[in-house]
Amino acid sequence: MNGVLSEVPVSPVERRRISLAPPSAGQDKAFETLTLIASLAVVGLLFLVGWELISESNLSIKKFGFHFLTSSTWDPVAEQYGALPFIYGTFMSSLIALIIAVPLSIGTAIYLTELAPRWIRQPLVSLIEMLAAIPSVILGLWGIFVLIPWLRVYPFAFLKETLGWTPVFSGPIYGTSMLAGGIIVAIMIMPIITSVSREILRAVPDLQREAAYALGATRWEVTRLSVLSYARKGLFGAVILGLGRALGETMAITMVIGNTPQIAKSLFAPGYTLASVIANEFTEATTDLYVSALVEIGLVLLGTTILANLFAQLLLRTVGGTTPARTAQ
Amino acid sequence: MIAMNPKNHQWRQIKNVFISSIFFISAILVVAPLGLVFYYLLKNGASSINWAFFTKLPTPVGVTGGGMANAILGTIQLLCLASALGVPLGILGGVYLAEYGSSRGNSLLRFVADVLNGVPSIIWGVVVYGLAVLPFKGFSAYAGGLALGLMMIPLIMRTTEEVILLVPNGYREAALALGIPRRKMIIRIVMKTASKGIVTGILLALARVAGETAPLLFTAFGNRFWNHDLTQPIAALPLQIFTYAISPYEDWHRQAWAGALVLLMGIFVVNISVRVLTRNRTRPGL
Repeated sequence: MNGVLSEVPVSPVERRRISLAPPSAGQDKAFETLTLIASLAVVGLLFLVGWELISESNLSIKKFGFHFLTSSTWDPVAEQYGALPFIYGTFMSSLIALIIAVPLSIGTAIYLTELAPRWIRQPLVSLIEMLAAIPSVILGLWGIFVLIPWLRVYPFAFLKETLGWTPVFSGPIYGTSMLAGGIIVAIMIMPIITSVSREILRAVPDLQREAAYALGATRWEVTRLSVLSYARKGLFGAVILGLGRALGETMAITMVIGNTPQIAKSLFAPGYTLASVIANEFTEATTDLYVSALVEIGLVLLGTTILANLFAQLLLRTVGGTTPARTAQ
Repeated sequence: MIAMNPKNHQWRQIKNVFISSIFFISAILVVAPLGLVFYYLLKNGASSINWAFFTKLPTPVGVTGGGMANAILGTIQLLCLASALGVPLGILGGVYLAEYGSSRGNSLLRFVADVLNGVPSIIWGVVVYGLAVLPFKGFSAYAGGLALGLMMIPLIMRTTEEVILLVPNGYREAALALGIPRRKMIIRIVMKTASKGIVTGILLALARVAGETAPLLFTAFGNRFWNHDLTQPIAALPLQIFTYAISPYEDWHRQAWAGALVLLMGIFVVNISVRVLTRNRTRPGL
């Protein structure tokens, strides 16, 4: 009796030495060990990724040291490598993307959970999940041939006319630019911020809303008072998750940002990101030092992305109500 | 709260309507790119999809009539290689997380899996370059499959775990009460019940990695001809789209649109079928 009941999988699992062990205990243990090894694969993978990047970039780290992160020179011919333009590019494009995507995404999440009529919710959610499924390269293709020509003619020209005197919108309009990069990354991260925010908002207990309604609040007031303040931490986690995704975005932004390693004041000027330089130059890296420098850029990218994701996961886990598996999509 | 002053009440109502419409507009703006992308894909790509596209190899620049047959087959081959690695490890790992282990240890494992899911795909390419390209001195289909497979492991692990946890405990207890060994209980009863969910998790992971370009850039590398040897470079649909899109040739742009349409159609078909297949599951209210 004891032998069978003690195997019931309720956590935490207690292991008791049973004299009435079932005859298949050995094979059961083997299966358990098999699955254990498989699950430890993720831990192994994490170490593998870190170790590979660190060892491959060793050459570059030894040669440039900390200077790598502060130098703006990217000169493969003279073998001088500095990552600052790319760090700036990744940071700036992600910032622009967040500025555009966060209000729209959280607004959409609020619309979906609080304001939309019931019949519209499922179709809208499905549409957003479809948007999330679009591969980066296809969005980039659309970006080159549809978005950029349109941006050049309408919004950019308009911005140039009205705000062209500011350094941020100065300079010639090529089309491929930091601003275009930010816009396309915004399109890529909006679905994930929207879905995670939606889960967070749904987790707010109805009691909070009902209390506000009972006091005579309008729909928006209910949302503002009881839902948003309650969900603040989780929403922040959703935003950081979106940031993590924006940092690592490669293909779409490579196709529209212009790929020029420079730090320019104007948003109309082309830029370069950490991920883009790896994508463009890795296969053309002729010397060991070149490859090593690119891998070091990958290391910087990995570091920032992991930090952002760690932060987001911690925020989301302490809020509760989200199934973290879905946030990873 | 504020007193029921009629004038103030009117102002609050106006604010309510105004802000609600702003949120409605933001929802439209979020979904709009989907429609726009789809529209232009159809407009620019549909005309270039013909029998030649699916059966011919790429032709030299200036010679019209080429196709992406090798890229389509290449993507299928890479997905098969990736699945060989990703599916077994992912499923078994998910089983462990759901059925065995301690709650603290498993939380840590889940955390690590989620962090891995957030690693940019190009980093996987760099890692596999060091693992499978440098030592063997060449790009290969195996390397590309490895990169995609590694990406699939944490994805499938989490979806499998989620689905297995949904199986009611009563099934497990009933099986054990009948004296069925634990491993058989898990495989024959629990996993069988969850099989639909496990399969949809695999399909979604496949749809996700099918569109990945960055990890293939310096592992599979691309190939303008058929791949006859998996230790050689291989073409893939997203790679081909990228190469054509950034080229200066009009004909290649046309083909890139067609390729993008085919790729997106494939991904959407998988996503929609998954959605249809899981429709009967009871969902908590929206």
